[in-house]
Amino acid sequence: MAEFWNGYLLPGILILAQILVLVVPLLLAVAYLTLMERKVLAAMQLRMGPNVVGPFGLFQPWADAVKLMFKEPILPTGANKVVFVIAPMITFILALIAWAVIPLGTGLVIANINVGILYLFAISSLGVYGIIMAGWASNSRYAFLGALRSSAQMVSYEVSMGFVIITVLLLVGSLNLGHIVEAQHGGFWKWHWVPLFPMFIVFFISALAETNRHPFDLPEAEAELVAGYQVEYSSMSFALFFLGEYANMILMSAMTAILFMGGWLPPFEFGPTAGVLGALWGFFWFFLKIFVLLFVFIWIRATLPRYRYDQLMRIGWKVFLPLSLIYLVIVAGFVTYWPR
Amino acid sequence: MSEVKIANYMMNFGPQHPAAHGVLRLVLELDGEVVERADPHIGLLHRGTEKLIEYKTYLQAVPYFDRLDYVSPMCQEHAFALAVESLLGLEVPARGKAIRVLFSEITRILNHLLNVTAHALDVGATTPMLWGFEEREKLMEFYEQVSGARMHAAYFRPGGVHQDMPAGMDAAIYAYCDRLLPVLDDIEDLLTENRIFKQRNVDVGVITPADAQDWGFSGVMLRGSGVAWDLRKSQPYDGYEKFDFDIPVGKNGDCYDRYLCRVEEMRQSVKIMRQVINALPGGPVSSVDRKVVPPHRGEMKTSMEALIHHFKLYTEGYKVPAGEVYTAVEAPKGEFAVYVVADGSNKPYKCKIRAPGFAHLQATDFMAKGTLLADAVSIVGSMDLVFGEVDR
Repeated sequence: MAEFWNGYLLPGILILAQILVLVVPLLLAVAYLTLMERKVLAAMQLRMGPNVVGPFGLFQPWADAVKLMFKEPILPTGANKVVFVIAPMITFILALIAWAVIPLGTGLVIANINVGILYLFAISSLGVYGIIMAGWASNSRYAFLGALRSSAQMVSYEVSMGFVIITVLLLVGSLNLGHIVEAQHGGFWKWHWVPLFPMFIVFFISALAETNRHPFDLPEAEAELVAGYQVEYSSMSFALFFLGEYANMILMSAMTAILFMGGWLPPFEFGPTAGVLGALWGFFWFFLKIFVLLFVFIWIRATLPRYRYDQLMRIGWKVFLPLSLIYLVIVAGFVTYWPR
Repeated sequence: MSEVKIANYMMNFGPQHPAAHGVLRLVLELDGEVVERADPHIGLLHRGTEKLIEYKTYLQAVPYFDRLDYVSPMCQEHAFALAVESLLGLEVPARGKAIRVLFSEITRILNHLLNVTAHALDVGATTPMLWGFEEREKLMEFYEQVSGARMHAAYFRPGGVHQDMPAGMDAAIYAYCDRLLPVLDDIEDLLTENRIFKQRNVDVGVITPADAQDWGFSGVMLRGSGVAWDLRKSQPYDGYEKFDFDIPVGKNGDCYDRYLCRVEEMRQSVKIMRQVINALPGGPVSSVDRKVVPPHRGEMKTSMEALIHHFKLYTEGYKVPAGEVYTAVEAPKGEFAVYVVADGSNKPYKCKIRAPGFAHLQATDFMAKGTLLADAVSIVGSMDLVFGEVDR
């Protein structure tokens, strides 16, 4: 009995607790990211944004959640019911499980695996399944076209993203996300965005494309496809897509912060490094970096028009892919002839 | 295994669609993303305006014109007012003409602000729309101050305008002109040199000057192709010849040139508005022919004749001598015209409305064929369609 308790049950409960501790604040962050997006967009567009529910509209996400929960879930007649229901779940689950390997501080990670970055890459590649299943199962032409666009877009941009990640790996020599952050120790000039500046930009723009955000929001291009692959969804199935999309935004910002902006490291070597205080201090900087990146996501949405489908493909394959390949060769050359 | 026949993809674009600009129903035949055929279906907003006007007196017909192109109401009243005036042989006093020009130009800015920003929204830029609406709201306040209504003003009436502007309004409009121009600059900052905006619009929806004329284009759709045709210059009405303004023309006839033309036209409108206010004449704002234009309220309290005129004008209306006339004005969307046939009674025998949007819409298939779906949206956006006037 004791063996069972110590060997299986206790670790199981511990892991469950860890997951809850990560996922609940994450979902809260997603809810408030929607509010932040609406508020920031409103400020840029000379509007007020939500300001009725609670002080400064702070309870708006709760009102939205309640509304979505009580809406009628509609299953279109021509839809493939099973796939139609599973698709948003896939999107949502994939957006959450990717967080298993994201370190929030030294050793503060649910699964400290050695192939963390490959795991992330694999999970974000799977994200396209939820979208293409939704588009196909909806039996709607708008949704189908949106899904096709989305899958083509995500597949194209993953290629250059992969090469960008490889350049980082060459510098660090490890696939472990914690090691990638630790390798950037010593102030913000040691962070990877300095030696890999073009790759930093390529990665961030690819992240925009990967999360289907402006100016690459073709899958849900409002003016063309109304809402793309989610056009037939309502109620909680729609909410799952929505949450998954925003969780992905935070995930991509976290990845950018880890790969190029030193993760939880402060810009200068100061503040506590060990203990609870050190963890909080690191988390503060990590959070701040994610926040800034998310602000840029929203800022871009307020500023830029949308690319056309062929232009998007051209950037992906004819600009980013050669650029990241060339830079990969350069970085590989440097690492070979001037090892650290 | 039998041979699989690949059919093109038919898609219903609208009428409930965010980029359909009202109730456009576009049946698209798509080959992947490429538009093979674009078939506009109209009539979802048909209200039978032309027929209704035949059963209304000339004065009662005026509000119908607001409801045609509800983005530029006063310019359409203008065409009808000019038509009736020319049938009656009525002369409009100088102040009335000046106020009409002033509000025609306000209307042009109203329309172009909406179109430029809605076009930007169609290609994905959300912010200009909201900035533009802020200014439209201020311009509509001027509408409200003179007529009491924000949109459906019924302000231009046969004989002049309904009532004089409130005191101090000319100065307010003049001051507003200075505040509008920086907003136009801001909107241009977001769009004009924006690479994505240019990629989405340059060389998209190109139409040659000859084709534009063949399809019956007018207004910016024609000028964007480089044809300097503007009714305010070629056949001036209500004293447009007195004002100094330029007609912007495009070079390539693409969506981007049409966008640039519209932005420049707004600046030219501001220029005209300033000139109008600087030389605003005094005197009455509408004809003093009491057989057509009703008397003032105050007059009615003391003069029996005025009371009779008022009663007659608002019940039976006035009789217009038999004849027919085609009057066109340069509405913001193009040549807006009415063809009125009068039979000597108090109602028009026939009132044909020539809406510029109708002519532009018929070229949808011609312009959108072979382009990508996103280009078709951009083309429809740059056509400046409002279904109130297309469907009538």
